[in-house]
Amino acid sequence: MDNLTEYQSPDVIKQALTCPRVAVVGMSANELRASNFVGYYMKRNGYQIMPVNPRETEIYGEPCYPSLQDIPQPVDVVDVFRDPSAVPEIAEQAVAIGAKFLWLQFGVISPEGVAIAEAGGLQCIVDKCIKIEHARYQGRMHFLGFNTQRIESQRQ
Amino acid sequence: MNPTVAAFEERVANLEGAVGGVAFASGLAAQNAAMFTLLNHGDHVVASNALYGGTVTQLKHLLRKFSVALDFVDPTDLSQWHDAIQDNTKLCFGETIGNPSGVILDIAAVAEIAHTQGVPLMVDNTFATPVGCQPLAWGADIVVHSATKFIGGHGTSLGGIVVESGEFDWSNGRFPGMQDPSPAYHGLKFHETFGTFGYLMKLRAETLRDLGAAMSPFNAFLLAQGIETLPLRMRQHIANAHAVAQHLQTCAGVEAVHYPGLAAHPQRNLVEKYLPEGPGAVFCFDLSGGREAGIAFIEHLHLFSHLANVGDAKSLVIHPASTTHRQLSDQELSAAGIGPGTIRVSIGIEDASDLIADLDHALQYI
Repeated sequence: MDNLTEYQSPDVIKQALTCPRVAVVGMSANELRASNFVGYYMKRNGYQIMPVNPRETEIYGEPCYPSLQDIPQPVDVVDVFRDPSAVPEIAEQAVAIGAKFLWLQFGVISPEGVAIAEAGGLQCIVDKCIKIEHARYQGRMHFLGFNTQRIESQRQ
Repeated sequence: MNPTVAAFEERVANLEGAVGGVAFASGLAAQNAAMFTLLNHGDHVVASNALYGGTVTQLKHLLRKFSVALDFVDPTDLSQWHDAIQDNTKLCFGETIGNPSGVILDIAAVAEIAHTQGVPLMVDNTFATPVGCQPLAWGADIVVHSATKFIGGHGTSLGGIVVESGEFDWSNGRFPGMQDPSPAYHGLKFHETFGTFGYLMKLRAETLRDLGAAMSPFNAFLLAQGIETLPLRMRQHIANAHAVAQHLQTCAGVEAVHYPGLAAHPQRNLVEKYLPEGPGAVFCFDLSGGREAGIAFIEHLHLFSHLANVGDAKSLVIHPASTTHRQLSDQELSAAGIGPGTIRVSIGIEDASDLIADLDHALQYI
């Protein structure tokens, strides 16, 4: 995708982060995997996380679902840690369950999946990490020396 | 991790247009860590031959101790950069403004050559500062600074920093250390896990941890305070450097003045492209009397301080062949553009007429 920055809009990212219900597709039970830590972090920061992984039944006390369509409650954000080739099908399901945002993590770049999600009315965020973006707007990202692009005299 | 150090890191990263930064105890510590994050035994580095003497020894001797091969190239000859890159090359390295030769790096051209072959370009931007040039915007991938110099600005505190663009593709197959599970960090895959932040996370979590050259928070406080006046100081540094360089051209006993800001400089087009505000305030001039003239000249200055540092608010002077570049052979000295009568000055922010009067006085004794 040559137009990645179109799908990294701070406004869209901030809107997505205001939504409480996040499905984490491809969340691993292995705590060395980024998906595991991101799910854990989001839960700790007050989000309702819904892990999607057919190989697990429960992660961090949350029931784990085989697919998005098996989740028995509404989902706002579909956060994807999968191979890009899996994204089109996930995008179709995200449209079917009425999610508002399709969030593709680092390296999960799928123009086809984005097109499906957009046609279904979802807003997309691509090649960004939901945990890092949460930390950016919540203020903790300052502590790692990253350029948060947030020059602000008020401390939260 | 310390919040004061982090505030300093973020400020420099912001000024350089970088995704983030990691600070170190000194410029050489920063540079070493930036390289060690990428290099393994059997790897290869291509570097400009117009570099700070401490960097030359770091590249030539320290890296070779770890079986990293090295080729120095004439930075102005783009074909040399191209031809020097090998299958095991992990890095091209140069200085925006070479110390002390004033050779300007054609950042965009060298970055393009490096990128065509999947290699990142690292640039030492100490002499230009992010106020004068932002190498990442011209295609460089990693920028290092000795913050001891203009960033701090008062010669009070050592420090260095590495910033990165976040745009280089570390998954291009040349950098297994960025892609594969890291045995030094319980199997973490830095590129996959942290994406655009992968290099900096590896630099911080592994290399800074292992080498240990962390920046002191108090130095971070002083250096961050320096940043507050950096644009103002650079304006005055550059205006004074122009005035002094122009004056020296008219002085008897001065054979040549190598300030890249002079109209006759052979790389005038690169200065205008990369350093539109002016090419910093550190430059050399050659005394026709050679080594003895150099020593007599320095001994008769009263306002310039005889110091190996540069980038201080005060004007500084040194004779590189007997100090900063003493470890280099005659051949390496001449390759770096340094002669026996070469004097390096770092022009401060004093009144330019005071500086000129001091130089005129000392020149009477050569």
